[in-house]
Amino acid sequence: MKKAELRFTGSGGQGVILATIILAEAAYEDKLQTVQSQSYGPEARGGLCKAECIIDEKPITYTKVGLPTLLLSLTQASLDKYVKDLQDDAVIVVDSEITVPEEVKASHKVISIPIIQSAVEVIKNPMAANIISLGAVNEAMKLVSQESLEEAVLNHIPKGTEELNINALHLGAQLVKEQ
Amino acid sequence: MPSALIEKSFRTKRLPHIWCPGCGHGILMRDVAQAIENCGLDPDKVVIVSGIGCSSRAAGYMNYNTLHTTHGRAIAFATGVKLANPDLHVIVITGDGDCTAIGGNHLIHACRRNIDLTVVVFNNNIYGMTGGQYSPTTPHGEKGTTAPYGNIDYNFDIPKLAEAAGATYTARGTAYHAPQMIKLIEAGIKNKGFSLIEGLSVCPTYYGRKNKKGSAIKMYNWQKDNCVDVKKAEKMTAEELEGKIIIGEMSHSEKPEYTDMYKEIIKKCGGDK
Amino acid sequence: MAKRFQLLQGNEACVEGALAAGMKFYAGYPITPSTEIAERSAIRLPQVGGKFIQMEDEIAGIAAALGASVAGLKSMTATSGPGFSLKQENIGYACIAEIPLVVVDVQRSGPSTGLPTSPSQGDYMQAKWGTHGDHPVIAISPASVQETYNLAVRCFNLAEKYRTPVIFLMDEIIGHLREGCELIPAEELEIVNRGDHNVTGMPYAVSEGNYVPEFACFGEGEHYNVTGLFHDVDGFPTNNNEIARNAEQRLMDKIDMNLDDILDWEEVGTEDADVAILCYGGTTRAAKGAIEQAEAEGLKVGLFRPITVWPFPDKAVEELSKKVKHIVVAEHNYGQMLGEVKRVAKDNCTVDFIGKIDGTTLTPADILNKVKEVL
Repeated sequence: MKKAELRFTGSGGQGVILATIILAEAAYEDKLQTVQSQSYGPEARGGLCKAECIIDEKPITYTKVGLPTLLLSLTQASLDKYVKDLQDDAVIVVDSEITVPEEVKASHKVISIPIIQSAVEVIKNPMAANIISLGAVNEAMKLVSQESLEEAVLNHIPKGTEELNINALHLGAQLVKEQ
Repeated sequence: MPSALIEKSFRTKRLPHIWCPGCGHGILMRDVAQAIENCGLDPDKVVIVSGIGCSSRAAGYMNYNTLHTTHGRAIAFATGVKLANPDLHVIVITGDGDCTAIGGNHLIHACRRNIDLTVVVFNNNIYGMTGGQYSPTTPHGEKGTTAPYGNIDYNFDIPKLAEAAGATYTARGTAYHAPQMIKLIEAGIKNKGFSLIEGLSVCPTYYGRKNKKGSAIKMYNWQKDNCVDVKKAEKMTAEELEGKIIIGEMSHSEKPEYTDMYKEIIKKCGGDK
Repeated sequence: MAKRFQLLQGNEACVEGALAAGMKFYAGYPITPSTEIAERSAIRLPQVGGKFIQMEDEIAGIAAALGASVAGLKSMTATSGPGFSLKQENIGYACIAEIPLVVVDVQRSGPSTGLPTSPSQGDYMQAKWGTHGDHPVIAISPASVQETYNLAVRCFNLAEKYRTPVIFLMDEIIGHLREGCELIPAEELEIVNRGDHNVTGMPYAVSEGNYVPEFACFGEGEHYNVTGLFHDVDGFPTNNNEIARNAEQRLMDKIDMNLDDILDWEEVGTEDADVAILCYGGTTRAAKGAIEQAEAEGLKVGLFRPITVWPFPDKAVEELSKKVKHIVVAEHNYGQMLGEVKRVAKDNCTVDFIGKIDGTTLTPADILNKVKEVL
């Protein structure tokens, strides 16, 4: 596999950090090399939020994402800020409410899906947006096995929300397939 | 010939102590040893923790496990000793500056936790080791080398401070009233929780000289004449109590002790197995 | 049973390693970016019969940890820049009183409150000289989450073996990084416990050819005295200059005479390198990234990384300076280990520096550009 450099962005409270932790945990379970890190400080408490995960078959030296192979953005502001720095063949996954500039669409594969709307209307829980995103990103990038991903999700969610979150994971993948 | 208590409870080879002639600290130190003896504590399980200053030199003379720490931090060190091994009887010997100035924060938080420590404050109203600077217990208006025009700070009432912060036993005694002081320390040791006993000392060298208090004997006589037992004080009017110092047990209450509560946490987590 | 392989943050791995080493006591005060160490200790210690206490300030944190160590428990406290400054006096106390303790400093940008969540290695010199007076120091710096686990064990072992505080000099890069970590159980590790005490009544006496005193824990029946004053072998304070000199000399010798045991470093590809990058801690990751790129471009670049950052590995770096033409020191500060490298390398090779002081991190490209500059 090609070294995957993933940047998840949104606003604080959307759970993008947790999504990268779950993904890294699944990758580790799959015996892949992985590192996860995030921005700390005021921006992680309500403002712009950024978390990163690298997945590779070879040992990972430098721990930060240089140019991402994937950008996930759940808010317009986060897309606007981070869309400039991407690898040429990077994939962009965005919520369908976000406006993606035409030149970006022309140069990158853009997957625009109703993440937040589906969380509210289908899963009936806005907090599930991050898990839907995770399902979508894994479907788009084929990073980790479905079993490991589900197990990692179950490690990190409150008791009683298992079914809801697994459904959210599947829904995310489904949205990408249908796109 | 040293007395049986001195032989048993002190490192006689370390004596005589470094305190000035007339200093009240030697009496207070002996009171602590007598109280430990009266309580029948196993000396192997007694830990004396002290900070820095005249008072804190006491630890080195006493024949127990002794920990002479950094300035102000005795109570924090003692907290670690006690929590690490709750079977130890941990007694802190500290001074007015050590305990209520640089160590004031540790004092109030240890009170708040109600951890089973017995803190005996040798209060000589001055920084003696450094040569007579005013401390948090130097009375308003009195002098120190750093209060040459009179102290404009107001002084702490240490037992009141400790009680307000959550200590479950507080008391005040003096170097002059030795039998009472011993009883107060005993009660503090027996209290399962945080106990603070203020022992009013006498510093003829710095506090006394700076404030024209006369000889050491005169200063002890002052303690005799101006300290009123708390029970007697209850029957006296405000005018009668003007300028007097109240001694005896100031407060005694009960609430769960810190290391006991922590043992419950360990049980709850299965860590006792 | 906890899973043997887990994705952990560096700070979490520090706690797990400490527990494997036998940590039974933690006292501290919350401070970014080390707080996860306190949080995990609060959860984990009572599960293994240990004790956690959040103290009222940083000073009380180290004081309580020292008290617990005197009472016989393996103890740790953790902090970051401002808290590390506050703990310094009691680090010196632990040195002179010879109380085993692990002090973790997850470095952040400073001085003062600085940039609380940004990485830095600005406490390198503070780890050595932070507390007043002449004193020996052992400081260890990890470059990955797994190494954080393994080296936490080593910190405890060294603290117990040499009866001295050991500084675990982490940085935000590793403290907040999540990576896979094997939680090697204690049974598979070398664990050093406090030695059997002599019962001569001379707690600070050492046997011929030995530098480390072995004395009992409080409560075991020996009524000895522990003090931060210079003391004789009996533990009691003294103003005797000869005794003070001997005591100070032994403290220094205790570390200096055991360098073979204490020093540790990673050296890769320096044999035929033109340039060696010298770095430690989290900076190593960018340096290794730079070396990968350099190899791809056909450049011969090696790596020298002190793992024990104090004492400084004088001899090994001197040898390195004779092997290579250039050394590039990379640190997240204004140049602290740089001075040590220059002192040792003298004119054997050129010594250049690349650093960061703005809270951002060095990238492989930053370091590679510097390497190309000096070539």
